Amino acid sequence: MRPFQYERARTLGDAARLVAGADAMAIAGGSNLLDLMKLQVETPGELVDINRAGFAEIEDADDGGLRIGALATNTATAVHPRVRSDYPVLARAILAGATQQLRNKATTGGNLCQRTRCFYFMNIDQPCNKREPGSGCGAIDGVAKLHAVLGTSDECIATYPGDMAVALSALDATVQIASVDGAERSVPVRDFHCLPGDTPWRENVLEDGEVITAVTLPAPVAGVQLYRKVRERSSYAFALVSIAAIVEMRDGVIARADLSFGGLAHKPWHDLRISDLLEGAAPSAQLYDAAADLLLEDARGYGENDFKIPLARRTLHAVLAQAVEDAA
Amino acid sequence: MGETISVNGTQRSLPDDPRITLLDFLRRDLGLTGSKKGCDHGQCGACTVIVNGIRINSCLTLAAMHEGDSVTTIEGLGTPEDPSPLQRAFVDQDGFQCGYCTPGQICSATAMLEELANDWPSDASNDLEGKIEISGEEIRERMSGNLCRCGAYANIVAAIRDAATETSA
Ligand SMILES: Cc1cc2nc3c(=O)[nH]c(=O)nc-3n(C[C@H](O)[C@H](O)[C@H](O)COP(=O)(O)OP(=O)(O)OC[C@H]3O[C@@H](n4cnc5c(N)ncnc54)[C@H](O)[C@@H]3O)c2cc1C
Ligand code: SF4
Ligand code: FES
Ligand code: FES
Repeated sequence: MRPFQYERARTLGDAARLVAGADAMAIAGGSNLLDLMKLQVETPGELVDINRAGFAEIEDADDGGLRIGALATNTATAVHPRVRSDYPVLARAILAGATQQLRNKATTGGNLCQRTRCFYFMNIDQPCNKREPGSGCGAIDGVAKLHAVLGTSDECIATYPGDMAVALSALDATVQIASVDGAERSVPVRDFHCLPGDTPWRENVLEDGEVITAVTLPAPVAGVQLYRKVRERSSYAFALVSIAAIVEMRDGVIARADLSFGGLAHKPWHDLRISDLLEGAAPSAQLYDAAADLLLEDARGYGENDFKIPLARRTLHAVLAQAVEDAA
Repeated sequence: MGETISVNGTQRSLPDDPRITLLDFLRRDLGLTGSKKGCDHGQCGACTVIVNGIRINSCLTLAAMHEGDSVTTIEGLGTPEDPSPLQRAFVDQDGFQCGYCTPGQICSATAMLEELANDWPSDASNDLEGKIEISGEEIRERMSGNLCRCGAYANIVAAIRDAATETSA
């Protein structure tokens, strides 16, 4: 690791002030940042330890929702009684990711901001437009099995690798953000991550010096909640394709269908047209196919990841069929 | 003494260089070489230790981040004369071959039995809210962060099952 200065933030104000430093980065669980610092992919001059800045609480929100502090660990969230009973898709998505040791350290904020697992990004000897703008993209025409098929650009085809945010997207959660001047803003999870476009280094909407303080979940909704993760081994691997689904049935018709997709794009993928198509319709294989057609309308494979397109279609079929069966 | 950390019940001074990971601090500065550096990237679990009752990868955290924390390593769980139930079960069941992954396996399993006792669900649990039945499938899922290059998995699972039955009995 390159030398850095280590500072400990004791309050949110401290955290925002310190993180606003020119060469400063926040460290929460450290499970992604330290990994990348050892590889010299990240080289902050100042590391601001925000773990003791006091926003780890998980608490009921006034509107019946739940506020999950940015420093709450993934484990604390997944085992929280209300998450297990009211937001099971979130508990399931977290439990499907990484390992218990990592989830014990990983935090809400860090998980949202985790960087891509693209091999070229993680190896400073390789070209990568995300890490070194203008150096080229090693993955296009290279090792691209984990890479995106939706929303890619000529500059970058990386995926957002996480699971938790896919569930948060289906639940339409909101990211709460604070900055050094005391300003606060909130951004829907669905708008938090960016597509690569011609600025692949920009992975989310956080500005320099902004700190995530919490994620808020809306009041729970009726329906079945599922998280299906397809991966190369049955545990402890990143998603090839994943789907978070909230499906409610009423009188034999789909009354609600909130779906988000992991492993396909630079962000958890959410397409409102799919909900519009499914809601009010009677379930059938043709309907699921039409939903997959919408999802994959603009999908493009890059050789090694071509398989993701049919895999996403089959996974969507399987998830909808199961959700409808469970909800009936 | 400046900032301290408790390791196996003894107060220790934290290192000056903030780059030192908890794993390097334990192994290099304190000579507690039971915890192993398999990958240094959070992938293998050989460095698993228990911090404030919770299992973590000591390679992916800085010692400086643990001011005032309480760390238990394999050396703190038991001794050859007085092994912990899991240490004894690993010997009885031949839960290792080369032994490199074993300290991490045992620290990990020690904390895992607590998680099971608290009915924390896993990806293998059918029900998120109910009582967790200890099964081979549950143990394998919960221990997936501890790799064994010798492939001693069958006996590792058997050892954990033994210890789980003993502690819950
Ligand atoms: C071997 C391995 C396997 C994994 N498998 C999976 C998997 O299957 N699924 C999955 O989802 N994840 C997986 N992960 C990733 C893991 O979930 C992330 O490393 C973790 O969630 C990051 O959280 P953290 O708190 O440790 O973040 P840190 O490493 O502390 O920080 C990550 C980034 O977030 C920033 N940050 C942290 N907190 C804040 C905040 N409050 N405000 C603003 N910025 C902030 C940091 O500056 C840094 O840039 C895996 C990781 C490893 C090492
Ligand atoms: S896909 Fe993106 S992250 Fe990977 S090499 Fe190309 S530019 Fe870099
Ligand atoms: S050495 Fe820490 S997980 Fe491998
Ligand atoms: S016993 Fe050799 S690595 Fe597990």
